Amino acid sequence: MNTATTMLEQSINLTISPRLAKNIRRNIKERIIEFMLMLAALSAVFTTLSIVGVLLYESLSFFKTVSVVDFFTDTQWTPLFEDAHYGILPLVSGTLTTSAVALAVTIPIGTIAAIYLSEFASHKTREIVKPILELLVGVPTIVFGYFALLFLTPILQKIFPDLPGFNMLSAGIVMGIMIVPYIASVAEDAMRAVPMSMREGSYAMGATRFQTAVRVVTPAAISGIVAAYILGISRAVGETMVVAVAAGQQPIVSFNPMESAATITAFIVQVAMGDLPHGSIGYQSIFAAGLVLLMMTLCFNILGHMLRKKYHERY
Amino acid sequence: MIKPTTPIKAESRNLNFFYNGGNHALKSVSMPLYENKITALIGPSGCGKSTFLRCFNRMHDLYPGNKYQGEIVMHPDNTNILEQGVDPIEVRMRISMVFQKPNPFPKSIYENVAYGLRVRGENNKRMLDDKVEEALKGAALWNEAKDRLQDLAFNLSGGQQQRLCIARALATDPEIMLFDEPTSALDPIATANIEELMSELKQKLTILVVTHNMQQAARVSDYTAYMYLGELMEYDDTNTIFTRPSRKETEDYITGKFG
Ligand SMILES: Nc1ncnc2c1ncn2[C@@H]1O[C@H](COP(=O)(O)OP(=O)(O)OP(=O)(O)O)[C@@H](O)[C@H]1O
Ligand SMILES: [Mg+2]
Repeated sequence: MNTATTMLEQSINLTISPRLAKNIRRNIKERIIEFMLMLAALSAVFTTLSIVGVLLYESLSFFKTVSVVDFFTDTQWTPLFEDAHYGILPLVSGTLTTSAVALAVTIPIGTIAAIYLSEFASHKTREIVKPILELLVGVPTIVFGYFALLFLTPILQKIFPDLPGFNMLSAGIVMGIMIVPYIASVAEDAMRAVPMSMREGSYAMGATRFQTAVRVVTPAAISGIVAAYILGISRAVGETMVVAVAAGQQPIVSFNPMESAATITAFIVQVAMGDLPHGSIGYQSIFAAGLVLLMMTLCFNILGHMLRKKYHERY
Repeated sequence: MIKPTTPIKAESRNLNFFYNGGNHALKSVSMPLYENKITALIGPSGCGKSTFLRCFNRMHDLYPGNKYQGEIVMHPDNTNILEQGVDPIEVRMRISMVFQKPNPFPKSIYENVAYGLRVRGENNKRMLDDKVEEALKGAALWNEAKDRLQDLAFNLSGGQQQRLCIARALATDPEIMLFDEPTSALDPIATANIEELMSELKQKLTILVVTHNMQQAARVSDYTAYMYLGELMEYDDTNTIFTRPSRKETEDYITGKFG
């Protein structure tokens, strides 16, 4: 009690010594740097927000003509026909089916490639394989589209004679192969970030390399691996060229990959490259479709975020 | 000097070790590990204690370019475990290790302890349950862990994690256990727990422990080896080393005049 009062009295007489005072010049410099960094970050946020804004605005005029209920329940999508229907379901089913095929291909291959590169490949092998994978990322997607249409589809038709020339199977498989490098590279980074001490712990128990990779390193890196999968899903859902070229343009509600179907993105390019007048309902429909696409990717991202939180890694 | 009253479990003979790049980290080290005894390794930082310890479970094989020279003979097999024809995995199944920093796996407490058995192909639930319980009791963790066996191992405290790592190493009934500064990350109480544990464990197995803590070496070990710059300077029973070492360097190190 006594000491507290003396301290209080003393503090009244305290001044700020110039050597400890705030340095104005340094502070201003810091502020300017901070401001510029914020501008850079904001430009990305601003772009995203404007995209959402435009999508919402144009979709709003679309939904003045077409009811939301019809949009989500009608099973026909024929905005360019005389008898126009605006049911998004056929495009959603096409998108989901091609993406599912792609994921069925890309998740096993991408994961195995990541495990191989991170846990088995020698330094030299990794130095050779990684650039090749990165090269694959640089190939324009339209090339993959024609690869699916002109190379893979004929081969698949030998196995399944009823397969139409445009089909979701071929497009999905090629899309999956296309995404492998993304998944492999992100998942590999996550696995390599697992500390060596954890691997040593496993080896010291008499585990083999394979057991260590699958039972210790993979679960330790699971959050990064899930992030890689989410990235893959987003890529698959948003992929345009491969499906536009190889999957066909008929919007039908079907989850059978052996059929031909249109996806949301394929429809958007089809309309965007056509000559529909601005402001027409057909033109506005691509914004509504784009909005649905955005929501789908958003859902997957949120799901991925939840999964990552659930399996949050701690070393 | 030393009158071996107990059999030798393993011994290094003229052991040399070279890290990738040529660093000659161990120079002709020869010393025994007596069965059911605790041997402590002391010496200044960088003298090669960890390097020596990690030769016993062939840990250096994990990194390319490392080279062993000489022998580590394990008894009763009478086999040089550094020999080309020896499978390091078989060695590690009989000689287990506890690291300086607790390194539990991203699994439940139960699965951490069961890991060594699982990688040996053991999947019988009853058998695993029994072994996990036995190992956790052996590591004095059973009372704290028995109600939360399915919890993630990372949720344990540092000292508990280290005892979990001991339980993990115990579960496979090793013949030798290697400890590399097992208590350096722990508080005095957790340290005392682990020291007590080591003294109990030596009924069942042979222990080699690296430590920077002189009191710890004096308290727990039966034999002590003093290393300096990759060489074994002095080896004797712990009592002799700490009361009348034969070399000046050893005495200086122990009394803190150097190191
Ligand atoms: N991976 C490595 N590659 C090359 N040299 C190494 C490697 N690891 C250790 N060394 C060197 O080998 C020598 C012995 O190291 P070691 O880790 O065995 O020492 P230590 O006695 O355990 O030290 P500390 O008490 O600090 O743990 C040191 O000179 C060290 O720099
Ligand atoms: Mg060390």
